[in-house]
Parts: sequence; C-alpha cells; structure tokens
Amino acid sequence: MTSAVAFQVNGAQVRADRSARRLSDVLREDLGLTATKVGCDAGDCGACTVLLEGRPVSACMTAVGQLAGRKVETLEGLHASGELGSLQRAFLARGAAQCGICTPGMLVAAAALLRDTAAPTEPEVKDALGGVLCRCTGYRTIISAVMDAHTAEVIEPPPPVGKAVGRRVPRVDGERKLSGTEIFGADGPPDGALVIRVVRSPHHRARFELGDLAAYVAGSPGVVAALSATDVPGVNRFGVIPATADQPVFAEHEVRFRGEAVAMVVGEQPAMEAWDASAFPVTWHELPAVLVPDDALAPEAPRIHDDREGNVLVRGNVRRGDLDDAFSSAEVEVEGVFETGSIEHAYIEPEAGWARRLGDRIEVAVTTQSPHMDRAEVEAILGLPEGAVRIYPTAVGGGFGSKLDLSVQPYLALAAWKLGRPVRLTYTRPESMMSTTKRHPSRLTLRIGATGDGRLTAMDFEGEFNTGAYASWGPTVANRVPVHAGGPYVYDAYRARTVAVHTNAPPSGAFRGFGVPQSTIATECMLDELADAVGLDRLEFRYRNALTAGVPTVTGQVFASGVGYRECLEALRPHWQRARVEAAEANAAGVATIGRGVGLAGMWYGCGNTALPNPSTIRVGLRRDGWIVLFQGAVDMGQGANTVMTQICADALGVDMARIVTLGADTDTTPDAGKSSASRQTFISGNATFLATTELRTRLLELADASADAHIELVDGRLIVHDRGLESVVTLDELDADGDDLVVAATATYDPPTTTLSADGQGEPYAQFGFGAHMTELEVDLELGTVQIRRITAAHDVGRAVNPTLIEGQIEGGVAQGIGMALMEEYIPGRNENLHDYLIPTIGDVPEVVSILVESGDPVGPYGAKGIGEHSLIPTAPSILNAIRDAVGAGVRRLPATPDRVLAAIAEGSGR
Amino acid sequence: MLREGAMSVDYLAPADMAAALEMRGAGGTVLAGGTDLFPQHVGRPMTQPVIDIGGVQELRDIVDTPDAYRFGALARWADVADTDLPSCFDGLRAAAREVGSVQVQNSGTIGGNLCNASPAADGIPPLLSLDASVELTSTVGTRVLRLDEFLTGYRATALRPDELLTAVLVPRGPDGARSSFRKLGLRGYLVISVVMVAAVVAASSDGRITDVRLAVGACSPVAQRLPSLEAELVDRRIDDFDAAVIARHLGALTPIDDVRATAAYRFEAASVLVHRALQACGSER
Ligand SMILES: Cc1cc2nc3c(=O)[nH]c(=O)nc-3n(C[C@H](O)[C@H](O)[C@H](O)COP(=O)(O)OP(=O)(O)OC[C@H]3O[C@@H](n4cnc5c(N)ncnc54)[C@H](O)[C@@H]3O)c2cc1C
Ligand code: FES
Ligand code: FES
Repeated sequence: MTSAVAFQVNGAQVRADRSARRLSDVLREDLGLTATKVGCDAGDCGACTVLLEGRPVSACMTAVGQLAGRKVETLEGLHASGELGSLQRAFLARGAAQCGICTPGMLVAAAALLRDTAAPTEPEVKDALGGVLCRCTGYRTIISAVMDAHTAEVIEPPPPVGKAVGRRVPRVDGERKLSGTEIFGADGPPDGALVIRVVRSPHHRARFELGDLAAYVAGSPGVVAALSATDVPGVNRFGVIPATADQPVFAEHEVRFRGEAVAMVVGEQPAMEAWDASAFPVTWHELPAVLVPDDALAPEAPRIHDDREGNVLVRGNVRRGDLDDAFSSAEVEVEGVFETGSIEHAYIEPEAGWARRLGDRIEVAVTTQSPHMDRAEVEAILGLPEGAVRIYPTAVGGGFGSKLDLSVQPYLALAAWKLGRPVRLTYTRPESMMSTTKRHPSRLTLRIGATGDGRLTAMDFEGEFNTGAYASWGPTVANRVPVHAGGPYVYDAYRARTVAVHTNAPPSGAFRGFGVPQSTIATECMLDELADAVGLDRLEFRYRNALTAGVPTVTGQVFASGVGYRECLEALRPHWQRARVEAAEANAAGVATIGRGVGLAGMWYGCGNTALPNPSTIRVGLRRDGWIVLFQGAVDMGQGANTVMTQICADALGVDMARIVTLGADTDTTPDAGKSSASRQTFISGNATFLATTELRTRLLELADASADAHIELVDGRLIVHDRGLESVVTLDELDADGDDLVVAATATYDPPTTTLSADGQGEPYAQFGFGAHMTELEVDLELGTVQIRRITAAHDVGRAVNPTLIEGQIEGGVAQGIGMALMEEYIPGRNENLHDYLIPTIGDVPEVVSILVESGDPVGPYGAKGIGEHSLIPTAPSILNAIRDAVGAGVRRLPATPDRVLAAIAEGSGR
Repeated sequence: MLREGAMSVDYLAPADMAAALEMRGAGGTVLAGGTDLFPQHVGRPMTQPVIDIGGVQELRDIVDTPDAYRFGALARWADVADTDLPSCFDGLRAAAREVGSVQVQNSGTIGGNLCNASPAADGIPPLLSLDASVELTSTVGTRVLRLDEFLTGYRATALRPDELLTAVLVPRGPDGARSSFRKLGLRGYLVISVVMVAAVVAASSDGRITDVRLAVGACSPVAQRLPSLEAELVDRRIDDFDAAVIARHLGALTPIDDVRATAAYRFEAASVLVHRALQACGSER
C-alpha cells in the first residue's frame, strides 16, 4: 500500500515511506538529524525550519510524501558545508544563542536570507526571521549577528590568566548550540525506546472512572502498558516544597484542573505516533469548577483540598512601623487596584526526556532546572532508597522557573521501572501548556502616602494570588512578595499581606521573579501617580526616596554596602531627560493620532531563597592528565552558569579557562548545587566554586611547597608551580587518583547568611539584593490603542559583571518577557493552549535595548557579583505601563495592555 | 532508511487533476500546503485518508486570461506576493506578505485559506473586495461560485465532499484601480488578525471615487463587504469625507468578544482601518 519517496537531505539521497508524516519526524526519528527542533508541531515557533528547494519552510507542516525529487537542507548540512561559519561566529561572540533551542531555526532561516542578501537591513532580517520564536535572547543579538554576518566577526581573544572574570568570554557550550549537536530533552533517547503518552483531563474539575485497562492494552496493537494511580509503588504525591507537596502523579478519583494526568499509555513508537487519546477508556463526570479567587473564596465554593480551609494555601506578611500614624502624616495619597493574568513560560522546548532501568536503579535524562530535587521526588514516588535514581539533565531549552517542578520525570521513571525497557516522553505543546506551572495571576491593592514635599511615609499592600490546583511554589510567592512589594524605597511604615488561593486553574509556580514582577507593576505605577500628585519629576521622586546603604529595609535588614539603586537612577537620568524632551517635542509637532510617552520603573530583588537555607556544593579537581575538572551542578538553561562557573574557577585557581573541563549537572557525579532559580547560581554556586577552587589551589601549592602567591601552570600530565623565580614540577602520574581520575580534589559548600523572619516578617531574608531601573520610550496609536515601543534603556546594579555579554543577554531576554507580560500575554485554560493563540513577542516586537551595567560591588558575592536572571524582567512591564500613561494621560490597570484596553483608557483619560 | 510499520492512515498523492478528482470522489481529507491541516492535528492522528494534491502541477499557476486572473488553488502566498500583478492586487499581495511568517507563506496556499474559511483568514477580505469567484471541480463537472456564496458561515463553505477548489478567479476590475490592506494584530509576526480591511478604489481623474469596494474581516463569522458605505462613497473625493460616515455603515459586522479583543473595540478599530485603507488608496495614487 505505501510506497517510498526518494528525496535529498543535505546532498544525500534518502528514502522514506510515502505518507503524510511530518518531515520533522522523518528527519529526527528516521534520519537521526536532530538539529531540526520541534517546539509546537503547528508552524507557530519556527524551531523546525529547514530549507526546501532553498526556501524556509516548517518541517512540522511538510508532508514527507510531497518531497519526491526535492532538496531539503538542515542545520547539519549548512554547518558541515561551512556556509554559516561567519554567522555562527557572530552568534557566538554576541551571545545570540542562549539555551540554543531556537538557534537551528534562526540559523537556517538566516541562511536563506543571506544567500540573497549578504548585508541585510534590520527590516529584512526581521521579515526573514519573523517566523522563529526565541524566548531567551530578546532577539537583538540575533538581529545584529545576521546583519553583520558578512563582516569578519571579532571574537574576544581568550582572557589572560587570572583575568577571566569581567570578560566577554563566549559561552563554553556555545559551539554545540551553534552546530546543532547539543542534546536537548527530546534528542537522545536510545533506539527502540517505548513511547509514553499521558491521558489528561479535558475538564477543569471532574470525577472519573477508568475502564478496563488490560482489555484496552490487549485490544490496541503496539500498546505495551497502560498505568495509573494504582501502579505507583511509592507515594502518589509530589511538590517542590515538601511541607505542601500535594500533586498526584495520576489523579485518583477527581481531577482538579484541566490537563491533570489520570493515566499513561506506553507503546512502540510507530503505534504511538498514531495514538488516539479519544479511544482511551475513561468516563468523566464534570463537576462545578472555580477558576478565580473570588469564586474559590466564596462560602459555597467547593473545597479543592480537604485540608485547606477556604481554599487558602498560605498567607504571607511583612509589617514595620505604625501604619495609621504614617498615613496620618501623609499629605498626599494614592490608591489603586491592579490585575495581572496567568502567564505561560513558553520556552521553545517542551518538557521531554527518556529513562531506562539498570537493575535496581533508574536513570532519567530530562530537561530540568533542579536535578537533585527531581531525584529525591522520583525516589519517593517509586518507593526507592536514596541514590537509586540518577537524574541526568540534558541541555535545557529554556526553563524560566517551570522546569523546577516535576513534569515528565515520574512518568518516565515509573514506566522504565515497571516495564524494564527504555522509554521516552515528549510533551506536545498543548500538553505542556495545559499541565505545567504558570505565573500566578494576581490582584494587587495598594495605598501609598507621601508628605507634600515628596517623602514616602506609608505603604499598605495586599496581594491575592491565584495559585491554581496544587501548591507548587505558591508559598514562595506568598513569602517573597511581601518583602519586595514596596520596591527599593524607604517608608516610615509598611504593611504587605499576601494570600495564595487554590482554584481549578493549572498550578501556578515559579516564573522569573516569583510574584515580584506582578507586585512591582502596582507599586511602580502608583509611584508615578504619587510623583505627579506632589509635583516632582518621576525620576527625582524615586531618587529621593531610594533605599541606600545603612538604612533599614522593610524587614529591618541593613546593608553596609552593595545598594546600587541610586546609581541606576543616576545612570538613567541623562537618558530620561533626553527622552522627555524628545517626547514633548514629538507630541507638539507630530501627528495628532500618535502619542509619544516615556516611562520609568525601578526594582530590587533578593538573590536566593527567602529566609531559608540555600546551599550549593561544587567540586573541582586536578585530573591525572593535567586538566582541571569542574563538577558544576548548577543547571545551565541558557543563562550561562557553565561559563560563569568556569570563569570564576579559572581566576580562583590562576589558570587559563581553556585548561578547565566543565561537567554539567548529573546527580551521580556533581554534588548538589541547588536549583537554577531565584537568581542564585552566580551568587551562591559562584561562591561555592570560588571556595572549592581556592581550596584546590591551596592543596596544589602545598604539593609544591609553594607560597600563596605562586603561579600555577598545567601541562599534559604535569603541574608546574612557579614561586619566587623557582619552578617545581609535580608529575601527576605519580600521585594516587580517585574514581574520577582526580589526583587532588576539593569540594566546598556555600550557604548565604540569612535569618528566618519573625511573625511580622522582620529579619534578614536575603544576603544580597540586586537593583535596577528601566526606561521605556514608546508611541501609542491614539485611534487604535496599539503600542509601538521605540527603545528600552535598562540600568542594573549587578555588583560585578562576571561576563557582560551574558548579563546583557539576561537583560534583553528579561525585557522581551516583560514586553510580553505588559502587552500581549495571558493564558486562559481551554482557550489558548498553543503558541498560535497564546502570543509571546516575536522579533518584530522587541525594540533596541540599551543596557547599562552598574557595578556597585557586593560584600558577599563572588568577586562582588550579584544575580541578574530575574531582575531584568521585573521593571519592564511597569515602565511600559507608565510610558503608556505618559503618552495618553490615563493608565491601564488590567494586564495585558491590549489595544482594546489602551483605547478604553484613552477614552476615560483626559488626553495628553 | 526505509522505516517500517508506521501505523498511519492511507496517503494518496495524485500526480494530476484527473487522478485527484477521482480520489476525492472516493472521499478523504485534502492536503494542500498543510499549514492549517497539520496544526489541527497536534498530538492526534489524521483519521481520514489523506489526499495530498501538492503534486498536481496544473493547480499552481497564476495566469492572466482574457476575462479574469486565474489563481490556481495551489498558488502559495509567496507566489502571490512575488507575482507581478496590476495595482488592484496590491491589497491581496500585501495580505500575502502578512500571512503568518515566511515559512507559512512558502507552504500555505490561497485555496487552503479559502477552504479553511477562518473568520480571520487574511486572503478573504482582499478577494471579496476584488469580486472574486471560486472554481469548484469534481468528476461530475465544474461550477463557479462567487466567493461570498462559497463562504457560508463560521469555518463553513459550499464545497461538496467530492469537490476540489481548483482556482480563484478575479474578474478584470476598473482600469487603474488602487487597493490596500490593513491588518491589526497583537504582535509583529505570526499573528492572527483582530481586524483587517481590504479596499479597492477607482477614481476619476479629478479624484472622485467612481468605484469602491470594501471588505472587513475578523468582525463576523464570514468577512463582509460594506455595500451601503461603498454606495455612499461613490462620487466623493477620496481625501475629502468625514470619517464618522464610516461608523454608520458597519451594521453588517457582528464582532464578538474573544481572547484577542472586545467586540466594541473591533467596531472602533474596523472604522479606523476602513478610513486608513481608503486613505492609502488615495495617497498611493
Ligand atoms: C503559524 C501560522 C500562521 C498563520 N497565519 C495566518 C495568517 O496570518 N493569516 C491567514 O489567513 N492564515 C494564517 N494561517 C493559516 C494558513 O496558513 C492559511 O490559511 C493557508 O492559506 C492555508 O493553506 P494550506 O494550503 O496550507 O491549507 P491546508 O492546511 O493544506 O488545507 C486547509 C483546509 O483546506 C482544505 N483544502 C485545501 N486545499 C483545498 C482544495 N484545493 N480543495 C479542497 N479543499 C482544500 C483542506 O482539506 C483543509 O481542510 C497561519 C497558519 C500557521 C500555521
Ligand atoms: S515545530 Fe514546526 S513550527 Fe514549531
Ligand atoms: S536561545 Fe532562543 S529560545 Fe533559548
């Protein structure tokens, strides 16, 4: 019945069944060409872009049967031919590949453009790459790399020994990402692995009964097993915070959100490619659901978890000073209510991985931000002893917080355990969107008072967070927000209260900023109104009230140094003054239907867990062959942990970076460096790297009996120590080596100095804060309510910039996500579970971003460095909203600020 | 390299029209560029036999015949954008360049866009404003329907299960007519229209409108022409009429509130975009 179709891939003749299979599947599954990525199977992400007869098409929408006699080119071919060499170098030098999952699609689409146009303009680049989404970079480095691909890229020479920190060192894992050889969660399952598909609820809330699963398996050719709650050998419950762990691997009788798993089907790959979920035997009885806190808090609302009264998961608070007093001394007051929606992480790589059983152990390769937490949770689910599970993180194609929670891990581990055969699971895009965590939707109510001359006196804040069906990181959000809601300012009195409310929405979890981006929107928008009310310039108002060293924060913590907020505002001041004048001139002279506006917003953010222990452990050693091996367990999800740790290690040891082999996370080999979240890795794992490497250096110098400032040189098989003109040589072969072939090794743990908080939230929740401020310049179409951002200027106090290119990449990526949050993103369960209807910024939506790095140092950060990962997103959305208000004279308080909402605000407002 | 055992539905790849019509007569899902069909099957299999008409060469061409321009059903958006056509097609070509992304334009076809019949299909308003018809062919014969007769409702058409849409026919319009397309979406690329407007305008040498056709998409189950506004505008100067006139003639629109915008907003935006589309036809003279 089926015949074959012959076509060319990268110059080689290949054959495939003549069928409607997606070309992307044929390339990846049959031909092993996994540089072509799959992010959606629906044309929406462009990760699968290939050239067909020289023109970019989505391989996921190309039927292989149509290819007879035609020519396909993928990144593998373009890389091998060398055609992309200068483009790839430009990507590497500029940091245009972060996680790298979008990179193949970007490079292939760019290749088609560059064949026609060697030196394209910015609009040409945007048109050519508009079909490829990137969630990490903010696109600006990609645009510049493509525009300049015709020039010889200048890659920084390797840093001199001892000078790696502070340099624009290209990412150490960059080559793999640019050649398409990086292995992501879906890329490396063993041949013959069985395929898992998960059966999920179509209802927000329902009771259900499973039918006869044995009969279903028997009657479905190619299906090997169908497993459900009764097959879970350990505890059918997980959650990132042990005290509130409440999510079942498989629901037992009732599902609490749309997308919740009730069973899984495991089968041979061809059968599962054609698997039809609708034939699975399950009967649903839909129950009334509550999707928003107002409904969940109503007295008659169904109880989502028996033990959580009133559907309240947790409350948080911080109080300082006498609020009534402080408000009565205020001469000016503003108040407002703001609402933000559910936001999807929308990394381009859906959750994926594979697993196999080796005797009494299970190995799970998976895209994850938190391998050691995964290991402990999977062991509990399988009822296995500690160490029985090995989590081996693949490259992570974007995480942003959601890959901290378990997704595919328990299904993989359980199926491999039960069936004794290798298994694999890749979520479809809708499945990823339905079932994994979201940014908490919020309602923020606040009131702020100031004296007539513009000194802040009091702030009262209430945040209600929709935490969804399961706890996930809800408690973290509820505890972090009260510390941060006031922003980096000084108040006489302060009160912030939060509540996390369960609903039948998908679980809300961690997403870049743990609730702080939401609260900052409310606070920074209100501060603009307050500045206007007291008649002060909006920047000057913030500057006067800014937190400084030596002044207690709202939790009573006092930093002696490392408080660089005023420096950030100072850095923005000339830009602010210029932009204000330009906007006023444009509004006076320009088209009546366009309003120009400028907006400002500030932020602070504590790095690491809130008032909880938060250690990282790093191991480093000298291998017998003369190489330094860094066991670096901080997952690099694109942010650059592999590179930063290597830079720190190089300088702490005093060797060339190129002499260091950096091994990424693996629970069997790297000690626990904690999770990649809370902007903690550069700070905490960076310190652990510094401490471990310093210890290693001490031991190496001891070997040579050298003084502390001796110079270490490593050559093959030998350690040479230069000390005061003398040279001692240690032949490494003569030393005993451990199981990893290390002759000298050191391990160190760093746990930041924090305290628990009192009942009023007083104490020292974080050992360091990063600060920043963004300024947005934009235009509003006053007839349509559409917003065109012209430029965003971002100043961040990063303590010390370990790698400016990586930091700018974090800033531009954070800005892009902030733009999405401000203008277009809102996830609605059941309505936009795909990247077609759920919109994230494209290459056409991110304007020029000017990054200003302020280096105020930090007493506890490694080399004075602070975290930046989350900071960069926080002030973007409020700066955009403030710019809209500046342009049209009325603010938008319900996000996203879509054109209909902006137009409604214009209608309400007084005009410019 | 040949992979055995894929359990998928029948796949038929006719090489010419006759075979295609034969297979279609026996029933099955038509696959053209696949840019609507594949996204509708994410994580779930196709259940009907697939008739892949991609290999039927005679459906690809865009040709200028004595009484009409004939767009083969398989003309891709990239072909439409790249073909040299008279100015009354500027709106259609602008729409072609705004369909999804380069990748989508390199695969997606004009025929697929019409058969999928999304209320937000960008091809429909320009073709309505060009008074286009569709040619529907089966083994029994060929019929030609006006596009507004072909589109019968929300994602519904008059296509019979044994028919293929074989061509889109655009009658020769008034000489020198100008056209434009205005699309409003919520982001830069890869974006479904919240509202879009297509205009074709012919004017006399003194700038008076002699013939005007306007169509609005994404504001009703099927995109709508605005006949009463068209009538009202004839004889006016294109750069000289009160924009408020437009709002009075949007009665045919029945927009809804959805994830992208409110109904009220769509009315307002439609009115603004109609005005801008008309102005564009004037300023491009
Ligand atoms: C990422 C993305 C973005 C998109 N953006 C836009 C956009 O901005 N604007 C827009 O209008 N559309 C957009 N689309 C939708 C789609 O690309 C267009 O509608 C395209 O024109 C469909 O053509 P096709 O050939 O790919 O259709 P197919 O997917 O091949 O077919 C579509 C439907 O029509 C039927 N069909 C196709 N051809 C025939 C025929 N000749 N006879 C009978 N039946 C037929 C098929 O059976 C199917 O039901 C987008 C799609 C994607 C994936
Ligand atoms: S996987 Fe093909 S476009 Fe997303
Ligand atoms: S680098 Fe583009 S998606 Fe991660």
